[in-house]
Amino acid sequence: MTALKPAETEHRGAGAEAEPGDVGRPRPAEGRARARRRLGPGTPIPAGFLIGPLLLLGIWFLGSAQGWIDPRFLPAPWTIAQTAAELISSGRLGADLLVSAQRFAIGLVFGVAAGVALALVSGLSRIGEAIVDGPVQIKRSIPNLALLPLLLLWFGIDERMKIITIALGVLIPIYIHTHNGLRSIDSRYAELSETVRLGHGAFIGRVILPGALPGFLLGMRFAVTSAWLSLVVVEQVNATNGIGYMMQLAGSYGQTDVIIVGLVLYGLLGLISDGIVRIVQRRALSWRRTLED
Amino acid sequence: MATHTRGLTETTSVRTRGLTRSFEGRAVLDGLDLEVEPGEFVVLLGRSGSGKSTLLRALAGLDDGVAGSGEIDVPEQISVVFQDSRLLPWQRVLTNVVLGLRGGGARTKGREALAEVGLAGRERAWPGRLSGGEQQRVALARSLVREPQLLLADEPFGALDALTRIRMHGLLRALHERHRPAIVLVTHDVDEAVVLADRVLVLDAGRIGTELRIDIEAPRDPSDPRFAAIRTELLAALGVGGPRSDEEAA
Repeated sequence: MTALKPAETEHRGAGAEAEPGDVGRPRPAEGRARARRRLGPGTPIPAGFLIGPLLLLGIWFLGSAQGWIDPRFLPAPWTIAQTAAELISSGRLGADLLVSAQRFAIGLVFGVAAGVALALVSGLSRIGEAIVDGPVQIKRSIPNLALLPLLLLWFGIDERMKIITIALGVLIPIYIHTHNGLRSIDSRYAELSETVRLGHGAFIGRVILPGALPGFLLGMRFAVTSAWLSLVVVEQVNATNGIGYMMQLAGSYGQTDVIIVGLVLYGLLGLISDGIVRIVQRRALSWRRTLED
Repeated sequence: MATHTRGLTETTSVRTRGLTRSFEGRAVLDGLDLEVEPGEFVVLLGRSGSGKSTLLRALAGLDDGVAGSGEIDVPEQISVVFQDSRLLPWQRVLTNVVLGLRGGGARTKGREALAEVGLAGRERAWPGRLSGGEQQRVALARSLVREPQLLLADEPFGALDALTRIRMHGLLRALHERHRPAIVLVTHDVDEAVVLADRVLVLDAGRIGTELRIDIEAPRDPSDPRFAAIRTELLAALGVGGPRSDEEAA
């Protein structure tokens, strides 16, 4: 019986024809024979996204403990933790972090405000679009980094230049996605609004703004990432404080551990701010989740 | 685009004279005359492309930019029910019902309207959470809360399953009895027309081809021989099965 199973399986798989004599007889191999081969990636692994990073961390630990990794090249994880603890207790990290977070926040606020304002102007009127959309699209194709020399000349090396650079990076994704959100609102809703005689203000408040919110929040996720990116750049080009400056300084003294603390910090800040936007997204768009679930 | 004038007498709710609408040079409505009495339930039947939706959009004033002429008289207070429920997905059910409604007590009125269509307690639901039938009931509540003198409905039950549609027919008849707006409803479903209408108009080549008054008392039973007779007559007018299609074939 056991020897027969593979042959049976093969037969059923190929022809899918049961032998007449077999009908009704319980066959232990039937369940397996009937199972189709799955072509998809299979069921998701719980917390699977953590496996890769943890594996890397494990290799780092093991490599450092075994002396395979040169500490000048990449210090051991515990050295990094120790350096971080020292930087925190001395207050240096806190001060630099505060400065960086401030630049990030101010740049983000200005960039979002400008991006939304421009998107509204260009999304709600054809003339507005004719005036605004072109310049923004042109700006979009120029990398922020390439603008830096000009911004340095125009605004000097002080705080203003840094905030403007960050805000310019934020403005683009906010504009693009909010404008797209505005324009992809179904025109049937405009028709409906006419039949219920909705006023202009109510139309914007009830239909346009909530309808564009998904686009805006998507733009927000890109904007947050862009703001951190710009921050790294401006803090390394010319600064006397901030995380970027801390890393820059560490670089010239060969303090690899401080550089890595800075990198980890940037990573964490990026993850946290993206997480916050995602939470806001989930709350504000709960109506949409009901459609997508 | 014809002018909407508001000179209606007490015996007419809707009147069109010589209504013409054309798309790319092809006349979809061709000198159409229509009168609807206050409180009358009129169903427009017609094959696809017969101009029934065009007529409805003209009555609703939703055909800006469409070439045409003729006279339209419609009441001040019009509500429109579309084939899709057209609820704003990002507003809760009650907000959708009272959309654009001014004055105090709007939300109370909205709640009452929802209760009338059997959706009391669903005020705070998102439209996406509702079934197709429930969404269309919200759309009905939204149109009724405005106390319209004229209700225009463009295949309002076209996207619903057969069972839900039967239930919606009952609901619409009941709401019509209670509020007595004039109703002009467009459909291509002959049975729906016979179940609902006081009067059925069959549109043909941009004009009213056949007009039929239905005096069967409610609830109308499709197995009633009078029902069957009217259905046969309407199908014939639409060029399906009846003597007229034989004529055409000959």
